[in-house]
Amino acid sequence: MKKTSADVLPAGGGSGNEPLLAVDDLHVEFHTRAGVVRAVNGVSYTVRAGETLAVLGESGSGKSVTAQAIMGILDMPPAVIPKGEIRFKGTDVLKLSERDRTQVRGERIAMIFQDALSALNPVFTVGWQISEMFRVHRGMSKGAAMKKAVELMDRVRIPAAKQRVHDYPHQFSGGMRQRIMIAMSIALDPEVLIADEPTTALDVTVQAQIMELLAELQRESQMGLILITHDLGVVADVADKIAVMYGGRIVENAPVHDIYKAPAHPYTKGLLDSIPRVDQKGQELYAIKGLPPNLLSMPTGCAFHPRCPYRQENCVTDTPPLYEISGTRGSACHYWREVLDGERQ
Amino acid sequence: MSNPTPLDGPGLEEGKTMVADAPAAPAPGREGRRRHAKKEAKPASLWTDAWHDLRRRPMFIISVIIILILLVMAVWPSLFTSIDPFDARTCDLSAARQGPGPGHLFGRDNLGCDLYARTIYGARNSIVIGVLTTVLTAIIGGLFGIFAGYRGGAIDTLASRITEVFFAIPSVLGALLIASTLRGKYNSILLVILALSVLGWPMVYRIMRAAVITAKSQDFVVAAKALGAGSGRIMFRHLLPNSLASVIVVATINLGTYIAAEAALSFLGVGVQSPDISWGLMIADARDRFITAPLPLVFPALFLSITVLAFIMMGDAVRDALDPKLR
Amino acid sequence: MASGSEPVLEVRDLVKHFPLTQGILYKKQIGAIKAVDGVSFDLRKGETLGIVGESGCGKSTLAKVLMALEQPTSGSVRIGGRDISKARGGELKRMRRNIQMVMQDPYTSLNPRMTVGDIIGEPFEIHTDVAPKGDRRKKVQELLEVVGLNPDHINRYPHQFSGGQRQRIGIARGLALQPEVIVCDEPVSALDVSIQAQVINLLGRLQDEFGLAYIFIAHDLSVVRHISDRVGVMYLGKFVELGKDAEIYDRPAHPYTQALLSAVPVPDPEGREQRERIILQGDPPSPANPPSGCRFRTRCWKAQEICAKEEPLLQIRPGTAHMSACHFAETHDVVHAG
Repeated sequence: MKKTSADVLPAGGGSGNEPLLAVDDLHVEFHTRAGVVRAVNGVSYTVRAGETLAVLGESGSGKSVTAQAIMGILDMPPAVIPKGEIRFKGTDVLKLSERDRTQVRGERIAMIFQDALSALNPVFTVGWQISEMFRVHRGMSKGAAMKKAVELMDRVRIPAAKQRVHDYPHQFSGGMRQRIMIAMSIALDPEVLIADEPTTALDVTVQAQIMELLAELQRESQMGLILITHDLGVVADVADKIAVMYGGRIVENAPVHDIYKAPAHPYTKGLLDSIPRVDQKGQELYAIKGLPPNLLSMPTGCAFHPRCPYRQENCVTDTPPLYEISGTRGSACHYWREVLDGERQ
Repeated sequence: MSNPTPLDGPGLEEGKTMVADAPAAPAPGREGRRRHAKKEAKPASLWTDAWHDLRRRPMFIISVIIILILLVMAVWPSLFTSIDPFDARTCDLSAARQGPGPGHLFGRDNLGCDLYARTIYGARNSIVIGVLTTVLTAIIGGLFGIFAGYRGGAIDTLASRITEVFFAIPSVLGALLIASTLRGKYNSILLVILALSVLGWPMVYRIMRAAVITAKSQDFVVAAKALGAGSGRIMFRHLLPNSLASVIVVATINLGTYIAAEAALSFLGVGVQSPDISWGLMIADARDRFITAPLPLVFPALFLSITVLAFIMMGDAVRDALDPKLR
Repeated sequence: MASGSEPVLEVRDLVKHFPLTQGILYKKQIGAIKAVDGVSFDLRKGETLGIVGESGCGKSTLAKVLMALEQPTSGSVRIGGRDISKARGGELKRMRRNIQMVMQDPYTSLNPRMTVGDIIGEPFEIHTDVAPKGDRRKKVQELLEVVGLNPDHINRYPHQFSGGQRQRIGIARGLALQPEVIVCDEPVSALDVSIQAQVINLLGRLQDEFGLAYIFIAHDLSVVRHISDRVGVMYLGKFVELGKDAEIYDRPAHPYTQALLSAVPVPDPEGREQRERIILQGDPPSPANPPSGCRFRTRCWKAQEICAKEEPLLQIRPGTAHMSACHFAETHDVVHAG
């Protein structure tokens, strides 16, 4: 008898107010020859059933590393998790044995990636790859698993699923491949879905299709969705709340409407201000000066201080904690009041 | 020696070069040090920078010293030994296979000749054959490879098919064929070099061609074309420096193979013949009695290994120096 | 925008087909990928023409043909009155001085084994009469300063710079020969969000300073709108709509443009539930076998019989002030609707 994830973790939805997934003070380091790279420095966030959390950040901000830590797909070593908890329905998955972890991964928490082509195996048909989920995790027969694969391909709206189930990944377009990835990830009805830049490689019209599909699947199954992206537009479209990451930390978190109306961290404000707007045509865009930090030699104090227009002396020396602005908002800036008051047009 | 950081991205690149707003961030370690020490005003290029870099690499210095000693040995063997191994009077058949002793540092070989002197004098033929064959194959294979890889089309198809024919011929057999056909017309050493080069260049060609095809699809080649660069500039300024690394590695490894192949040819009766001396020949001669008298084989083999190792070390150092990312 | 002046770039009926062949020795043509299939436009001094479209629409091939990196199947690309696609040898080389490009990927567009000085100085080495040998180094340092980099970093290698800085190096190389036209092929799409604005500002500043004309190819519609005077929308190798930026964005007439604009996520969550969204079905057809008549008809909600029979020409249609290629063209503001 195969052990299912239900034996490892309690089944059913998150009880009452308990979030489905809670990342608590997570630290991830990479021990390299060039030194210790502190990719994630104390990240905390939660996702509830049916909720969409957007994790916004640039390359090197630690947004993907956090997700990989949740999935348990970091290469360790060089990665080390010196501190922190990742609680799925109250159980710290970091403390689970590797076998139990494998049960959680894929069944309860699933992930889709940016590059669907390299995430799919080119030498197997897509049907085989989708049905593998049922064969491995559910012990289904080949025939039954294939039937489920066709159902799933229908569910992610791949036309003529019955015929196309025998096609290979390269025979599909970029958007269709991403649908196949989504089909694989939702095969076992996960409760949390992590989407790491799911539409970055796609065209806008296809991006719109995929985002609509994700939203629909989420409505049907009440998944918690963690959307990792750098695109402020996508976030505004679908997210319930946002965590903005910079230099391995969350610098601001807030419900989506609040943050676009009045950002409370200079980095968020800078990002929003640098979006080209119609009434600014022909003028210079607002640009955050300087470069993202070098993870090998992080600036002291607040990591954003070399680029920050609100910088004061203590920003260079004191690392700001995530100040609580209200029950649902936080900002890791000593001067969040000033940032919040400086009105944005 | 690849980039050791798992998170490759702008975040990890050096962090302070913007003029407008250079913050007082700590200078990035590795590249910072050397660059600041040097005056930045003087024009630098890949080759001058590589040379500056090589001069401070211990591996390069050691290998160059070894190679220099070997070259001196090849040119003026009499500097290293007072015994002339071509003089039959220095051999003493009754003392054959005698162990090392005073006057005979390495002992004597099967015919009672001084092993040390023979090993020193053997360097010339072996090194000449190894180095010249390597250089010749690298030039022929490299040029054909860069040309076929860049041009593609019919030229590439034709050249590739021709090299496939060469690959189908067992190399020693082919060299034997070439050397025995031309035997007597040329100096036997030249013959060996020729035979080995004819059969050796396709390997270099293949590697160069593959590297060029990878390099030519990159945008910087498109950019050069858009600037109006001619084929020569694209091939030698852009493609060659980006394809050289793998050729250097293969060429230096092949150097040892050529020296060994020379031995095989000698054994089969073409190439260097007694009373001429080469390491290959010495190894071949000593093979039969290796169990009872290992030294006549061990010493030339040791010199051969040191030579090959020195060239591989030098090749490695040059390859690394030509990659700015590793400096 | 100097609309009265002579165009610096005139493109007429440009076609680029890539033959599809079969067989090893005797290559038989069995079809063609119609990457660019009849594109015409003018570009004036100091003007920016934005070109938007999805992957596979032919916008990158168009850039290559404009740069004379690919031979057009037919049509002409006139720069200063002369056709660059017919120029050869020395004449082509001279004409290249007037049109340069900035490429998408700052990681592969710079030779990793050349110093920044060699990279930006290469144009002077190829066109030796532009700057005397002794002046070249100084020129390179001036260019570094112009694009906002430290001139002392002339001896560094590309890997020692970040993505945004590399893109500045690529821009400096494009500027070296003082061209009139620069073709920018997705110049900011590989950069981090906080760096994109810096590079866009730089391009804008250089345009004012040197009177450059840009062809700005991108898939990010808000960036294109910010920098462009006119915008062309491409679908399967053809312009489906061409007009001033405000015309295209506020009064789009072609259904594809409308769908494209409505699909762009707006970075403002207010009213997102009410926003009009046209979600196109399926993927664009293959450019090797485009649909008859109007190429967009297979995904179009307005398609009727005539669309399959008759190809709509790019022209000014009743009720609109700019050119569109749809039998049923009708302006409809999708961005501000709802």
